Amino acid sequence: MEKITQYAKVIYILWLRQLKRYSRSRARMIGSLAQPVLFLVALGFGFGPIYQKAGGGNYIQFIAPGIIAMSIIFTAMFNGIEVIYDRQFGFLKETLVAPVPRWTIMLGRTFGGATVATLQGMVVFCIALLVGFRPESVLMLPVALVFMALIAFFFTAFGTAIASRMEDMQAFPLIINFLIMPLFFLSGALFPLNGLPKTVQTIIYANPLSYGVDGIRGALSTQMHFTFRLDFLVLLAFTALALALGSYLFSKIEV
Amino acid sequence: MNMIEVTHLGKKFDDITAVDDISFNVVKGEIFAFLGPNGAGKTTTIKMFTTLLQPTSGSILVNGFDPATQPNDVRRSFGIIFQDPSLDDELTAFENLEFHGVLYDVPKKIRRARINELLQLVELEKRRDDLVKEFSGGMKRRLEIARGLLHHPQIIFLDEPTLGLDPQTRNHLWNYIKDMNQKEGITVFFSTHYMEEADRMADRIAIIDNGEIVAEGTAQLLKEQTASATLEDAFLKLTGKAIREEGAKGIDKLRTMRHVWKR
Ligand SMILES: Nc1ncnc2c1ncn2[C@@H]1O[C@H](COP(=O)(O)OP(=O)(O)O)[C@@H](O)[C@H]1O
Ligand SMILES: [Mg+2]
Repeated sequence: MEKITQYAKVIYILWLRQLKRYSRSRARMIGSLAQPVLFLVALGFGFGPIYQKAGGGNYIQFIAPGIIAMSIIFTAMFNGIEVIYDRQFGFLKETLVAPVPRWTIMLGRTFGGATVATLQGMVVFCIALLVGFRPESVLMLPVALVFMALIAFFFTAFGTAIASRMEDMQAFPLIINFLIMPLFFLSGALFPLNGLPKTVQTIIYANPLSYGVDGIRGALSTQMHFTFRLDFLVLLAFTALALALGSYLFSKIEV
Repeated sequence: MNMIEVTHLGKKFDDITAVDDISFNVVKGEIFAFLGPNGAGKTTTIKMFTTLLQPTSGSILVNGFDPATQPNDVRRSFGIIFQDPSLDDELTAFENLEFHGVLYDVPKKIRRARINELLQLVELEKRRDDLVKEFSGGMKRRLEIARGLLHHPQIIFLDEPTLGLDPQTRNHLWNYIKDMNQKEGITVFFSTHYMEEADRMADRIAIIDNGEIVAEGTAQLLKEQTASATLEDAFLKLTGKAIREEGAKGIDKLRTMRHVWKR
């Protein structure tokens, strides 16, 4: 029991650290909002008329959940990858010699990173409201929040897992271009999942983000490809897996 | 009673042998110096003691615990001042210490008092709520020293603790460490490449070179064994070189380090 309270405190202090770092870095906050805003405006207004002509309805309604998801995965992934910064700037050592199991450190970091990413998603949601997005039902907002948090958790843990095996920032552009971008584009964030070629569809079905986007979209705009139950279970399973893998790899770090 | 027991300890990085079959003990309550030039294997050894690196061969006991199988018992026993920076620059001095106190489960009431006491000791109490990124190298070092002592460890590892500190801060620091050692019986293990620091501060010295321990004992004994007047001479006779004769690269690195600390 004593141990559990201690672990909870450790997780809390690491969570708090992530939040403080985020709130103190204006540049980071603004920088991470620029991209989703650009996407909302450019895609929403640029593709809107085409999408409408093709009979898809209001594109902002369709795409806003996808952009919210995008801002979350980028922020979450960056937060996970912060392990490498901490390694380079030396602070990681301080947490690695702490007299607690390394998984508590990993979990605290992940909680913090995921919280920041979820907050970021909420800010983008508010921006989407400003450019004309209207959620179907206020009552479903908590459901959307659950899916936002799950995506945030999955990607923070995933980022941590990858960063635990990396010594420096060199692989960073590779991760962005060959992992994050494909995951985002092949998730149904930007286009409906109906009537796609078989191979593309298979990839999309294997992508955990597809279920997250579907869940958020289902809650915010009622357009859904899967069901809430499937979305939730798949995402939960992926998140548990990423947390387990991340904890394992993090506990093996040598500096 | 031994605080550290090292038997046939070795560490290889691919084809580099950083630590080569070393064995020695550190007695509870003593001040022990690990003296050697740059690249001798001092930091690598300390990392193995402190659960940051797994040994390739041999065994270690710290406070009776094995870092490989009982890491958290070992971690509870020591405090460490790393050779390289290890603070969170985006946090304040107080927040860095508070973070440490929580990690080590120091109760809140004691924690606050202890933090204030230590900040005073390292003369940073006025900078308590400033972000660490605004600190000079010397101030960061002092803060790290305060942090390493916060949880009242039984043994403290100091990896080149005074590297680049000005003489005044250096004296101040050593006075405090001596004091802690005498009053609280805390064991001190420090690495250094300053002869005079090892000579003056340590109860016993192990000289490490190229990953091997070439001699061990009191400064007096090392001098007698080699029939030398000074530790410098003894070192020269034992290793065949003066400690300053390290690779040019090493010396350059030292210079820049010192430059950084003095700012
Ligand atoms: N992570 C590492 N990978 C490869 N070689 C290393 C690593 N860490 C240290 N070394 C090498 O091990 C040797 C001992 O280094 P170190 O323990 O840092 O010496 P010291 O602290 O005495 O200056 C050096 O040759 C160094 O280059
Ligand atoms: Mg060193």
